[in-house]
Amino acid sequence: MDLLSRKATCNSHGQDSSYFLGWEEYEKNPYDVIKNPQGLIQMGLAENQLCFDLLESWLANNPDAANFKRDGQSIFRELALFQDYHGLSSFKNALADFMSENRGNRVSFDSNNLVLTAGATSANETLMFCLANPGDAFLLPTPYYPGFDRDLKWRTGVEIVPIQCSSTNGFRITKLALEEAYEQAKKLNLNVKGILITNPSNPLGTTTTQTELNILFDFISKNKNIHLVSDEIYSGTVFNSSEFISVMEIIKNNQLENTDVFNRVHIVYSLSKDLGLPGFRVGAIYSNNKDVISAATKMSSFGLVSSQTQYLLSALLSDKKFTKNYLRENQKRLKNRQRKLVSGLEAMGIGCLKSNAGLFCWVDMRHLLSSKTFEAEMELWKKIVYEVKLNISPGSSCHCEEPGWFRVCFANMSEETLNLALKRLKKFVDDGNSKRSCQNNENQRQKSSRKKTMSTVSNWVFRLSFQDREAEER
Amino acid sequence: MEIPEKNSGRGGAILSKIATNDQHGENSEYFDGWKAYDKDPFHLSRNPHGIIQMGLAENQLCLDLIKDWIKNNPQASICTPEGAHQFSDIANFQDYHGLKEFRQAIANFMGKARGGRVTFDPDRVVMSGGATGANETIMFCLADPGDVFLIPSPYYAAFDRDLRWRTGVEIIPVHCSSSDNFKLTVEAVEWAYKKAQESNKKVKGLILTNPSNPLGTMLDKETLKNLTRFVTSNNIHLVVDEIYAATVFAGGNFVSVAEVVDEVDISEVNVDLIHIVYSLSKDMGLPGFRVGIIYSYNDSVVSCARKMSSFGLVSSQTQLMLASMLSDDRFVENFLMESSRRLGIRHGVFTSGLKKADITCLTSKAGLFAWMDLRHLLRDRDSFESEIELWHIIIDKVKLNVSPGSSFRCTEPGWFRVCFANMDDDTLHVALQRIQDFVSKNNNKLVEKASVHDQTIQNNNAKKQKWRQGNLRLSFRRLYEDGLSSPGIMSPHSPLLRA
Repeated sequence: MDLLSRKATCNSHGQDSSYFLGWEEYEKNPYDVIKNPQGLIQMGLAENQLCFDLLESWLANNPDAANFKRDGQSIFRELALFQDYHGLSSFKNALADFMSENRGNRVSFDSNNLVLTAGATSANETLMFCLANPGDAFLLPTPYYPGFDRDLKWRTGVEIVPIQCSSTNGFRITKLALEEAYEQAKKLNLNVKGILITNPSNPLGTTTTQTELNILFDFISKNKNIHLVSDEIYSGTVFNSSEFISVMEIIKNNQLENTDVFNRVHIVYSLSKDLGLPGFRVGAIYSNNKDVISAATKMSSFGLVSSQTQYLLSALLSDKKFTKNYLRENQKRLKNRQRKLVSGLEAMGIGCLKSNAGLFCWVDMRHLLSSKTFEAEMELWKKIVYEVKLNISPGSSCHCEEPGWFRVCFANMSEETLNLALKRLKKFVDDGNSKRSCQNNENQRQKSSRKKTMSTVSNWVFRLSFQDREAEER
Repeated sequence: MEIPEKNSGRGGAILSKIATNDQHGENSEYFDGWKAYDKDPFHLSRNPHGIIQMGLAENQLCLDLIKDWIKNNPQASICTPEGAHQFSDIANFQDYHGLKEFRQAIANFMGKARGGRVTFDPDRVVMSGGATGANETIMFCLADPGDVFLIPSPYYAAFDRDLRWRTGVEIIPVHCSSSDNFKLTVEAVEWAYKKAQESNKKVKGLILTNPSNPLGTMLDKETLKNLTRFVTSNNIHLVVDEIYAATVFAGGNFVSVAEVVDEVDISEVNVDLIHIVYSLSKDMGLPGFRVGIIYSYNDSVVSCARKMSSFGLVSSQTQLMLASMLSDDRFVENFLMESSRRLGIRHGVFTSGLKKADITCLTSKAGLFAWMDLRHLLRDRDSFESEIELWHIIIDKVKLNVSPGSSFRCTEPGWFRVCFANMDDDTLHVALQRIQDFVSKNNNKLVEKASVHDQTIQNNNAKKQKWRQGNLRLSFRRLYEDGLSSPGIMSPHSPLLRA
């Protein structure tokens, strides 16, 4: 008899993927401007470190919140004992308002429809537990956040079937790709329970367009058993908020409140990216479906938000002057930082997907590949990690169907560090350019084996998602 | 875009099985007490006739000590001027290994809470979303859907949800009986194990809470050793939830499974099978901070649980504060000693107050509650229905929320868990007064009634005997005749059990 569970012994937590291996390399040799200037620069971490000063100054000006005090009276005891899974109502109200503000107040959120969870990680898993049975499938556009393989599938038994997006149209979701994914699921005998999008997208850094949203809503209107989950964790990182369309806006603008679609659209949110507070583990599920709220609330017992943290953040987010200024400043700084990265890359002949949000760019290094294969992508990635000493995320770890794309984060470091990273990369590219003429001969040799590689490549993406399944089928 | 048809359906059919079954246990009638309390909560000055909450296993006796420490240690908070320089690093820190200082402080605290008799390795400390999260996670690590864990009853009611709901694991109780003072024996476990195997069930392990909820009793060293030998020889796991480890009253002797692991011969215990669940919710009275811990001697389990901890990490703000607090040895030692002392006193006051009303409790030396014997008050000693009737009387007439034994899957009616550490001295006094008043009032009434009855049934000696025994039961029959509503099943909506 196996000592541990199947979940414990399989690897569908996905942590053997290259996405995490890069991090391990970074841990061994982390860059520090003084202590380790030759170390690896972390550009694989989608963190927002640009606005801590704003948070710190708020704290300095609001000692009560800091000290478990309300109107000068200590509420320590109250907080220490507070474990109600409905959450601190002052916090939920403030969070609901903040979410509205993030969407230019074009929609409003009801705090009764919010469930607090331990980070978006927990929110996403909880939604899967609520919406799907083991063996059911969710359709996800590629490329997608590598962590989804763990969050959506590991303990829930849910499968992910990719909606293939391609660079030919800027990685936009097309009706054809969506239908193909649906058919693929049927072929694999999987019951599709929903579609999950990340809007704005990780790793693309783009907001979902009106056209794409129309396609998605059309689809779920026709297919009445299918849910739409929109992970809007990056909603506050949109450089210009008018360009972001939340799924709740679609519902409002098309007056879908009295239709069954209303009960099948759900949002995931978190303060980890917008406010740069991943350590505090603040996630949320928002849904108009009372049954989902009811089930998810009960499940949140497995990962509630610390009352101490709820209290601090309720004070922070209730300060409207602060939030208004913060959102505006955050957007400005992110936009500037993105521009620096984009122009720096442009100067060395590297293009990016045009993006309007996020903490990263989707960088096109296809022209630097020795061949149009994922093996070549890995080869290039290893060079960048070990020689250039930058940890960036290869597209294959995000299940991208085309080799050569990389996600590069820009908001988790100082400007000086970003400049250094660009300098290192430029040197690598310049060196590479001179080597390139020698490589042309290599390419001729590899051309004959390319056909074989392409067919293994098309299996690659599925293999990453179905590793577990295949093991069972054997 | 096409507009879909209008539909008033709620869409319940399109959720998962887990979301729509009742396995979360919250529709149980045992929430009636909470509901009544929520409608009419006791307050010493504002609502002195309200219902006193005695169904909540919280430890409120030493929060003052913690509050004082926080006041005197502003550097432990990321929000104060003294601590704000740590803000951005902490706010950014989401490594599922947790802050090293936090793990060290937890290991330190756990060792001290066991009198320094064992030490814990910080690298085996894994975080979780409270003990609730820890118990669920350990099931995900050790068992597949359909596998079985044995569990001594009576047990904490929410285990039905925590261990089973999303994991698909089945739990089979190992019944303990009052004739034995509800002691868990290896023989009982062996018997339950055998029976489960005979029904073709795959038993993956045994899970127990020590000190026990709801009993407040502790396993002796010999039994614990034999249990570790038993699981080893059958190659099944042993999970010990030690969440009440530091609620032992002064003078009590708690033996942690960690001590047994140290002492038993290596050939007799396979440490890969031994796991501890812990939390600060009871020992320190901080349930709001969601600090759950899995401590396993099995490297693969540590690794797996750590990955799963992503689903319920402890807020870094909280980790920092506790890292500082729990590495303050002077504070920890004083806290543990003082907490133990206050709990012991409180327990003593409570149980002697009950004695005045001729109510006895199971002898216990730990926990935040007493396991009260009210069998003599049941209308029918063999019926759970009369336990529920009695329970409703206690809520409605005595105005106390207590927890009936059946909610803990106790196999004998008449036992109730009563919490005593979640209130101040005055409130406890009021609660005891109410119990004493109620019992004595009903005793007087029925002395008259009894003599009247004696006259009418003089011929029947057997019946006479029964009346004497059923003295108090008469009072309740009277109450039933007075038109007490029969227990209904109200659907609760109160927030979940912190039982």
